[in-house]
Amino acid sequence: MAANQALSNFRLHFKTLLIVLLLTTLTANFANASADDGKEFNASEVILHHVVDDHIWHFVDGHYGTLYLPVIVYSESKGFETFSSSNFYDEDHTIVPYNGYVMEHGQIHLADNPEAFVLDISITKTVLMLLITAVLILVVFLQVAKKYKNNVGKAPSGIQSFFEPIIVFVRDEVAKPNIGAHYERFMPFLLSLFFFILFGNLLGLLPGAANLTGNIAVTTVLAIFTFVITNINGNKHYWKHIFWTPGVPLPLKFIIVPVEILGVFTKPFSLLVRLFVAITAGHIVMLALICLVFIFQSYAVGVGTTIIVLFINLIELLVAAIQAYVFTMFSALYIGMATEDHH
Amino acid sequence: MELLTPGTGLLIWQAIIFGLLFFLLAKLAWKPIMQSLKIREESIQEALDSAEKAKEEMSKLQADNQKLLEEARKERDVILKDARDIAANLKEEAKTDASKEAQKLIEDAKAAINTEKQAAMAEVRTQVAELSLQITEKLLRKNLSSDKAQKDLIQGFIKDVKLN
Repeated sequence: MAANQALSNFRLHFKTLLIVLLLTTLTANFANASADDGKEFNASEVILHHVVDDHIWHFVDGHYGTLYLPVIVYSESKGFETFSSSNFYDEDHTIVPYNGYVMEHGQIHLADNPEAFVLDISITKTVLMLLITAVLILVVFLQVAKKYKNNVGKAPSGIQSFFEPIIVFVRDEVAKPNIGAHYERFMPFLLSLFFFILFGNLLGLLPGAANLTGNIAVTTVLAIFTFVITNINGNKHYWKHIFWTPGVPLPLKFIIVPVEILGVFTKPFSLLVRLFVAITAGHIVMLALICLVFIFQSYAVGVGTTIIVLFINLIELLVAAIQAYVFTMFSALYIGMATEDHH
Repeated sequence: MELLTPGTGLLIWQAIIFGLLFFLLAKLAWKPIMQSLKIREESIQEALDSAEKAKEEMSKLQADNQKLLEEARKERDVILKDARDIAANLKEEAKTDASKEAQKLIEDAKAAINTEKQAAMAEVRTQVAELSLQITEKLLRKNLSSDKAQKDLIQGFIKDVKLN
């Protein structure tokens, strides 16, 4: 018994050690990067590079450590074109023009006409991350659904019993209290939303992963989904409340009504900003702490920040769940406000 | 790619992929999951309800049993009392009947005895009369066998008549 416990304790310590080592090796890569470039170490550049979208997926330094993702661009003069993003980089990893396109700060322009509109629908780092997340969610929940089909009249088991409390939580704590009687119609959306954000947040914390839910485009689309679903299902009380707020004297209506109309848009806007900021801020904090090592160039700081980053990482795990809950909860609240029956 | 400006390509991809994910999950995962959750919860609720109902029925049944038992006991008492009454009545009746019968028997016996007595008396009387007649006859035959005696008797009768 005691020996077993000692073994499990050892395993736990071993795991922690592994994580610490992993983080230190990652930081070591940064060190190399800054040393190789021979440039001054620019923390904000490094941090931004890790937080924003890119046409390449950088894992480790050197050519083999980078995944060059496909570029898909459309311009009026050249039509649709697909090529590897490696074409934008030469041997020294400096950005070069290719095929009449130039890439500046991740934006692709036409070389001869920088003002012309270029639609860039490349499979970027975040798009690939999005695909991975979506496929993972599909695989996981199809498995869960299969379990439900096979386990009819039986107690839940395996992956089903892991996700069932979460699904029931979303139903009983998020949907039911905020939407009310006809919550069932919105369950598929709320569950998809919740698990997409949760999986995105958690996968984004993995070393080398892309920052999916901390990308403003991703959160914008999620907020647009909530916005559309809220307003499509809005009943006449909801619209009346916006355009002719009852119980307010006529002169005040001229002030209230524009505020209400603005409120229709600020609600989803607050959603998209909150998620984007919470996740990106977490990533920036961790990266900033790691960057301290290269600013001070000291092993002592390295050990200290590694421990702090470990704890921030644990907090981020919590934030990942909280943000998924908050986004879903507010979506449910807005839907509830739009569909609520007034008696 | 800037931090605060959403990339057009990513917006499009996100809309397509999240939309697709939403659609697929809604059709293939959430629908069966929510449905079976609901069915399971309903069946649990039903089981609990029926257990509660069974419990209630049980206690009702017990109360009924108690009531039935009580009624049976009362009825038993009533029956017993009735039976006792009837028995007592019967006994009483039997007693009166018996005494009446006895009375009657006695009376009948008395009557029969009387009649017998009467008859016996009558017979005795006739026998006595017959005997007397026979004696008288024998006497008469003996006494009136001579003429003189006959004349004396007649004389005597006449004498008596004359006297009268």
